Amino acid sequence: MSDYILETKNIVKRFGNVTALKNISLKVRRGEIHVLCGENGAGKSTLMNVVSGVYPYGSFEGSFYYNGEECRFTSTRDSKDKNIAIIHQHLALIQPLSIAENIFMGREIKKHGVIDWEATRSEAKKYMEQVGLHESPDTLIKDIGVGKQQLVEICKAISCDVKLLILDEPTAALNETESEMLLNLVLEFKKQGITSILISHKLREVMRVCDTITIIRDGETIETLEKGRDEISEERIIKSMVGRELTNLYPPRTPNIGEVGFSIKNWTVYDPLNSEKQKLKNISINARKGEILGIAGLMGAGRTELAMSVFGHMYGTNITGTVEKDGVAIDTKTVSNAIRHRLAYVSEDRHIYGFISGQSIKNNVTLPSLPRFVKKGAIDENMEIAATDEYRRKLNIKSVDAEQNVSNLSGGNQQKVILSKWLLSDADVFILDEPTRGIDVGAKYEIYQVMNDMVAKGKIVIFISSDMPELLGMCDRVYVINDGRVCGELNRSEITQENIMGCIMKNGREG
Amino acid sequence: MDTKKKTLFGGNMRQNGMIIALLAVICFFGIATKGMIFRPLNISNIFMQNSYLIFLSLGMFFCVLTGNVDLSVGSVVGVSGALLGAMIVQNHVPTWIAVTVTLVVGLLIGAFQGAFIAFLSIPPFIVTLAGMLMFRGLTQYILQGQSLSPFTNSFQYFASGFLFPQLKVGGLNVICLIVLAVASIAVILREMSARKKRISYGFEVPSMGVTAAKLAGIIFVMGFVLIMLAKYRGMPFVLVVLIIVTLIYNFIAQKTSVGRHVYAVGGNRLAAQMSGVKTKWVMFIVYVNCALLATVAGIVVTGRLNVATAKAGNSYELDAIAACYIGGCAAAGGSGTIMGTIVGAAIMAILNNGMSIMGISTDIQQVIKGLILLLAVTFDLTSKSKSKS
Repeated sequence: MSDYILETKNIVKRFGNVTALKNISLKVRRGEIHVLCGENGAGKSTLMNVVSGVYPYGSFEGSFYYNGEECRFTSTRDSKDKNIAIIHQHLALIQPLSIAENIFMGREIKKHGVIDWEATRSEAKKYMEQVGLHESPDTLIKDIGVGKQQLVEICKAISCDVKLLILDEPTAALNETESEMLLNLVLEFKKQGITSILISHKLREVMRVCDTITIIRDGETIETLEKGRDEISEERIIKSMVGRELTNLYPPRTPNIGEVGFSIKNWTVYDPLNSEKQKLKNISINARKGEILGIAGLMGAGRTELAMSVFGHMYGTNITGTVEKDGVAIDTKTVSNAIRHRLAYVSEDRHIYGFISGQSIKNNVTLPSLPRFVKKGAIDENMEIAATDEYRRKLNIKSVDAEQNVSNLSGGNQQKVILSKWLLSDADVFILDEPTRGIDVGAKYEIYQVMNDMVAKGKIVIFISSDMPELLGMCDRVYVINDGRVCGELNRSEITQENIMGCIMKNGREG
Repeated sequence: MDTKKKTLFGGNMRQNGMIIALLAVICFFGIATKGMIFRPLNISNIFMQNSYLIFLSLGMFFCVLTGNVDLSVGSVVGVSGALLGAMIVQNHVPTWIAVTVTLVVGLLIGAFQGAFIAFLSIPPFIVTLAGMLMFRGLTQYILQGQSLSPFTNSFQYFASGFLFPQLKVGGLNVICLIVLAVASIAVILREMSARKKRISYGFEVPSMGVTAAKLAGIIFVMGFVLIMLAKYRGMPFVLVVLIIVTLIYNFIAQKTSVGRHVYAVGGNRLAAQMSGVKTKWVMFIVYVNCALLATVAGIVVTGRLNVATAKAGNSYELDAIAACYIGGCAAAGGSGTIMGTIVGAAIMAILNNGMSIMGISTDIQQVIKGLILLLAVTFDLTSKSKSKS
C-alpha cells in the first residue's frame, strides 16, 4: 500500500464561470493530522466536498487516490463505504431526535427488521464514552450545546469505522475548553491510526496538533509545511494564505475617547424559557464615544443575551433597567425603536439573524434604511445601487455587483455586507457580537479596520468576543461578564488574558 | 454578457423560462385548436373567465412570498357570493352597498385569520385550513341549499360588462384603440426614462437594439390582444380593473418598503426582524390583503355566473397556489414576482380554455393541469440547481 492515504492530482473544479479549484495537489500521509489552511473562499471546503463525493466524479477535472486506488465517487455513500467521514461546518444532525438515533441514522441496528433500541442505546453509549460525551443516549440533540453536538457527529463517524476523518472548521463555534477537548480527541484518534484532515482558521490550535499543513490560496495549493522539517509559525502561514506579509494582526489606532455616550443601567433579564431564572443580574456598563469597548466572558455567560435584550428586547422576559444614550433614557423595546435611536447589532449567528439569504446584497444593505430611499412613494433602486456600490468599494466586498445574491458570497464578505447595512443606517452605537467568527485572517483585518474607522468618527463600538487575543488587540476597555453579572472592568493596560480569566475564576468561586 | 438577457425580459432567467413556457402553451393550443383560441370572442372570454384567478393569485402571491399559503380563499369566494346573493337577490339591497359590505367582510375575515397568524403565531396553513372549513360551512348556512339568482344588471356589469361596446370605427372598438395607444406610449416612455436614469447613475444599459426589440415584443403582444378585443365587443370592464390592480400590486411589490419587507420576511424572518422590519404586521397585512382580494374574486365569479351557489370557489385556492408556483415563486418563500405570477395564471388560463375548446373532459383536464404544475416546477428547480453548480 502506498504511504499516502489520500492523494489528489491537479483537481480543477468550476462553478459556471468561477473556477473554485485551479490546480490542487494534496498528499495526506496515513495516520497523520493534516491541516488545511486558507482564506475564506480559497477552496478548502470545495476540495473536501470533491474528496467526500458531494461533487460526483465527472463534475470536476483531475483525479484523486485513496490508498493508492483511483476514486470515482458518485455520491457521499461511496466515500462512506471507503470509511471516509466528513463533518461539515454546519452540523448535519436532526435536532428533535436523540443522540443514539442520530449516531445510527441510516444504519439503524435491527433485529428481524425492527429497530433494536436496547442495542442501539448500548452501542451509542460505547462510542459516547470513547469521545467523552457524558450524556444519556436518549437526550435530544436540541437540548445539548454545539460542542457536544460536534462530539455526536464524531461518534457517528467512528461508529462507521472511519479511517479518514475530515473536520471542516470543527472549533469555530466552540469555546476554548471545548476546542481543547476536541483537538485532544483528534490526537487520540491519531494513536489509533485514524488519519484526520482538519480545516481551521484558528492557527494557534492548529499548530499544536498538526503534523503537516497545506496552504491553499485562490484554489491552488501554495505550499506544504511539515512539522520537524519546516519552520511553522503563525506569520509564515498567514503570509502564504494571504500572499503578502501581514505585519500586524490588528490595525493601529490612536484612541480618541470622549464622554460617555451609551450606558446600560441595572439591567436584569429573565430566561424566556424559565421565567424564574435570572439570566442577567443587575448589569451596569457604559461606553464612551470613540471607544472600542470589549465584552469578554465564557460561552453562556450572558453576553449575547445582554446584546439581544438591549436591542429590541429580542431576548428574555421581564426586562428591567434603563438604556441611556447621551445621558437620556431611550426606549429600545422594539428593534425599530432601537434603530431609530441609532443602535445597531451584528449577531454572532449571521445565518439566522444576519442576512437574508437568496436576496441581493443591495436588498440586504438597504433594509433598515429603506425610508431614506423612497422618493415620491417609490423606492429609487438606482439610488440604492449607488449606495450599495459605495460600501462594496469601501469595505472591499468581493462581489460581481450590487444585485449579487448574498448566499454566493464567502463568510467574510457576508459579514461585511451586514456591517455595511448598519454603517448605511448611520448608527452611533454598534454592538458587534463575534463579528470575526469563522472568518479568515485577511477579512478579519479588514473588519478590524472598519471598527477603527467607526470609532475614529466618534461612534461607539461594543465588541463581544470569545477570542481573547482579539480583545487584547482591539479594545480600549473590557468588561468581563460571568454568569450573568459584570465581574470585572479592565482598562487598556490591564487587559491581559490572565486578568480576564482571573476575573472569571474569582467570580466563579464567589458565585 | 448575462446582463443583456436579464434586461431583455426585465427579470431573471427563471421568469424567462416561464414566458417561453407560456408562449409554448399558446402555440400548442393555437395549432391544436386550429386557431380557435385566437378568435376575438375567445380572447375576450379568456379574460372574463379567468379574471377571478388573477385576483386570487395576486393575493396568494404575497402569502407564498412569505413561504406560506392561504387555503381559505376558495371558501371566501363562496361566502362572498352567498352574502351578495342574500343581500342583492333576497333583500334587494342596493348593489353598491352590498358590494361595500362584502368587501368589508373580506377585510374582517382577513383580520381574523391574520390576527391568529401574526399575533398568536399559529401556523398559517392551520389557520387558513380552519378558515377554509368555516367559511365553506358558512356559505352553505347562508344559502340554505338554494342557488340565488338573478342578480341586478349593475352588479353583473362589473364581471361581464364592456366599456362603450358601441363605439366602433371600421369594426374596431375605439376604447381598445385608445388604450393601445396610451399603453404603447407609456411603455416606451417608462423604458426610456429608466434607461436615462441608469445612465445618469453611470450604470450599464443594454444596447438600443435590445431595448427596441423588447419594446417591440411587448407592443406586439398588447396590440394583438387589444385589436382582437376591439374586433369583438371591446374592453371588458373587469379587464380594466384587473390591469390597474395588477399594476398597483406590482408597484407595491417592487417599489415600496412594504413590498421589500414582505420579501425580507420570506427570505429570513429573524434577520428581517433584526433589521427593524415589523414582521408581525407584515404577516397580518399579507393575510388581510389576501382575504380582501378573495372577496373581489368572489364578486367577479358571482357576477359572471349570475348566481350564488354553495359550491362557488371550490378548490380555487389550489389554482391560485399553482399559478404562483408555476410563475416561479419559491415554495420556501422570499423570491418570485407579480409579473411571474401573472404569467403563471395565464398559463393556467390558456390551459383551461384550450382544453375546453379541444373538448377534453374536465377529469382529464385536472390530470393535465397537475402534470403541468409538476413539470413546470421540476424544470424550474432543476435548471436552477444546474446553473448553481
